[in-house]
Amino acid sequence: MRPVNPASRGSLLEVEDLSVVFRQRGRADVRAVDGVSFSVSPGETVGLVGESGCGKSVTSLAIMGLLPKRGVRVEGGVSFDGTDLLSLPPDKLRLLRGRDLAIVFQDPMTSLNPVVPIGTQVTEVLTRHRGLSNGEAREEAADLLRRVGIPDPSRRLREYPHQLSGGMRQRALIAAALACRPRLLIADEPTTALDVTIQAQILELLKTLVAESGTALILITHDLGVVAGTCDTVHVMYGGRIVERAPRHELFAEPRHPYTGGLLASVPRLDQPRGVRLQPIEGSPRDVIPWARGCAFAPRCPNRVEECTPVAPELLGDRHGLRCVNPLRSDQPATKAVPR
Amino acid sequence: MSLSQAETVAVAPEETGGSLGRDAWRRLRRNPVAIAGALLVTLFVVVALLAPWLAPYPPDKPVGQVTPVSIPGPSAEHWFGLDDLGRDEFTRVLWGARWSLVIGVVSLLLGMAGGLLLGLLAGAFGGWVDGVVMRVVDMMLSVPGLLFAIGVAAMLGSGLDAVMIAIAVVNMPIFARLLRGQMLAQRRSDYVLAATSVGVRRRRIVLGHILPNSLTPVIVQGTLTLATAIVDAAGLAFLGLSSNDPSIPEWGRMLADTQRYLSSAPLLAVFPGLAIVIAALGFTLLGESLREALDPKYRR
Amino acid sequence: MLRFVVRRLALLVPILVGLSILLFLWVRALPGGPAEALLGERATPEAVERVQRLYGLDRPWYEQYLRWVGNVLRGDLGVSTRTQHPVLEELLRTFPATVELALTAMIFAVGVGVPLGYFAARRHGTWLDHASVAGSLFGITIPVFFLGYMLKFAFAEKLGILPTAGRQDPLMDAEHPTGFYVLDGLVTGNPEAALDALAHLILPGIALGTIPLAIVVRITRASVLDVLHEDYVRTAEAKGLRPATIRGRHVLRNALLPVVTIVGLQVGLLLGGAVLTETVFAFPGFGKFMADSITARDYAVLQGFILFTAVIFVLVNLLVDIAYGLIDPRVRTA
Repeated sequence: MRPVNPASRGSLLEVEDLSVVFRQRGRADVRAVDGVSFSVSPGETVGLVGESGCGKSVTSLAIMGLLPKRGVRVEGGVSFDGTDLLSLPPDKLRLLRGRDLAIVFQDPMTSLNPVVPIGTQVTEVLTRHRGLSNGEAREEAADLLRRVGIPDPSRRLREYPHQLSGGMRQRALIAAALACRPRLLIADEPTTALDVTIQAQILELLKTLVAESGTALILITHDLGVVAGTCDTVHVMYGGRIVERAPRHELFAEPRHPYTGGLLASVPRLDQPRGVRLQPIEGSPRDVIPWARGCAFAPRCPNRVEECTPVAPELLGDRHGLRCVNPLRSDQPATKAVPR
Repeated sequence: MSLSQAETVAVAPEETGGSLGRDAWRRLRRNPVAIAGALLVTLFVVVALLAPWLAPYPPDKPVGQVTPVSIPGPSAEHWFGLDDLGRDEFTRVLWGARWSLVIGVVSLLLGMAGGLLLGLLAGAFGGWVDGVVMRVVDMMLSVPGLLFAIGVAAMLGSGLDAVMIAIAVVNMPIFARLLRGQMLAQRRSDYVLAATSVGVRRRRIVLGHILPNSLTPVIVQGTLTLATAIVDAAGLAFLGLSSNDPSIPEWGRMLADTQRYLSSAPLLAVFPGLAIVIAALGFTLLGESLREALDPKYRR
Repeated sequence: MLRFVVRRLALLVPILVGLSILLFLWVRALPGGPAEALLGERATPEAVERVQRLYGLDRPWYEQYLRWVGNVLRGDLGVSTRTQHPVLEELLRTFPATVELALTAMIFAVGVGVPLGYFAARRHGTWLDHASVAGSLFGITIPVFFLGYMLKFAFAEKLGILPTAGRQDPLMDAEHPTGFYVLDGLVTGNPEAALDALAHLILPGIALGTIPLAIVVRITRASVLDVLHEDYVRTAEAKGLRPATIRGRHVLRNALLPVVTIVGLQVGLLLGGAVLTETVFAFPGFGKFMADSITARDYAVLQGFILFTAVIFVLVNLLVDIAYGLIDPRVRTA
């Protein structure tokens, strides 16, 4: 385990008050990300956790500059190693993407081009960013495939995506993402589309690879179980805002936000006494109120009090940040034991 | 995100509905393409129906003096001028709508009936019936449409009947394939499974459930095919495969007969040409926007 | 792959057999019966007897059919009543002109249609996009012969810059060893003749190519729009690849797959449309010959030409399917 002390090092990525607004003609604007700030230090692994629709994927696309230009407004700042990514001209950003910043998407079945051999999809990054010749790139690509655990790499390089299993494809995508030893890797639900048995392998692979190369990792997931074994710091998002942030151990040991508590309670745990039911969070992420009229989680919150509306709480606390007026007390169990 | 989900939910019931749903109707009314198409079609149909009353002159008699070198152009008395035989061009274009509509509708209905029957046979019985019908359809599609129509029309001897039958025969395979595909898809759908499982008989399922639900795409295809039928009929007439009676003002034939006056009276061929475009464009626009309105997949 | 080709070829057999039966029966159904239909009303008794012998009209129908198929396979498609030349000879004489014309039309349709469809999709929702959609609807509707007439009127009558009839300036001293006039000009070292032949192809090529153009624009646009939303394009963007690489390798290579299939289907449209286009532009090809044969009731020509067209059409689509298999690895390696 690396030491968890982001403050002592200069940060690699600084996300400052980031907002993303989707605008559609004839419809109200949708604020998918709403004033999100966080930072990532070199080599650090940061988790971004929340249900689908909470804005975590949009955040990652905004950092990478991959949101469509039309109909989307991005505000705030994203600075990578001192460079402001949001104001960077597209051709400069293209030079960073794939070399210093890389991303692995959720669905390996659709993220690979079906009519281009696996080899080309790995080597194209190497020839583009590291100026390798085709021959050199092929050797390097074979080496990369071996490192991500794909057997018989020289044959696989000639094959097409449909000839590989889902797990193999995700390994190939990871190989392409790590080909230029980026300083930051974003993994957006990298295991969600895979079989359960493969999930753990891929997660372990990611952990090993980023540790070897000193790459910082932003792990985006809805699954706190994925975060548990990997992340140094965890940010919990709800309705486009960060509602709680803490070093991983602290978050698991002492969740303060009722939403975090709910997420934890919905994860199966081995240390739970038998006969205790998993506790789902009531309602769905669609039952939100706009932050302008109070805490977005209030409609689903077991700890709701009057102060939750109409003014939304601020994110307070340095080391353990929290956006809640009536947090879980330390004696309040995250899991309400429901006897059978 | 939740907005688009809500929209999908709202649209979903329409996709399975057999009738022109209220939602589709609303989309259709808001689509400028649909309105343009409807206006053109209305113009065409009204002119076709009212031609005898709208036309200022008789369509088959000379009303002025012409020689091949001096054909009078548009004037206050003759809006489109006179044709090469001294007949009023405007009158003939109006009457042409009548023939176009008759040829288009009759050939469409004939082709639709034949094609739907073939498709119904293939889709309802499956097995070797399906195999034979589909081979016949493949065979018909292996001859380029216009050549096929030329062959059929030539076999029947020229004339309006021959043109209508030829176009009908050429359009049959389209409808046969369409209905068969629809029926195969519907047969695997939940409501048919449900009907089967509660013991409804096959004939009732096919006639009472599958057929009505397959009609929407048939209507769309029919509108589009009407456009090509009008253009194809004009093409056959252009090649001399229509009626030999020079008094019948048929647009394709008018164009063929007057195109040699390219230098002296170029507009004579332009008017019937534009008339064909207006009629065909109207049905095409209407058909395309119908398809968009009924099937959200096509919306872009 | 080989098995795929063999299976596709096997599927062609029943279609071609059925088609030949149909065309065989067609002559029998013609007004006036086969002998008169094939020879004209003023046929001499000797000629009638020749047809009777050729088709074996006194034999049972299946024997007649087999005899006819045998003749067709040996290249005997009968004799044109209008020109008194063998139909096959006329076919081979006129077909190169139509091939040249159809190629011009296809190059026009694909060369203009693919870029137009691509840019319409990239600028989805802008005026360029709307204009290309409206234009393609219009292009699908406008009759070939009317468009040809308008082109003649604009470019020849008003502007006087392009020839509107024939394949070659009759005053030009040109030899035609291959029958493909543009090629002829090049191989005989007469670039002027090649350019002249090319100029004669432009207007008919545009007239014939407009419907395929409209279809190619629509298909390309829809297909590019689909591909642009694919995850692998986002992956390619995330790799920071050059825009040209993303466009060529990741967008177009996928988006053009449906266009390949469509191009094959257009060949039928082109051969049919050639009859009208060549008539308008007095272009001495297969279509013009066929149009003239309609007026002359030259059924032997119609029968032979329709059969030939169907065979060409079916074979071209087979080739397109094979080409598709070669381009799409999912078919090739399946």
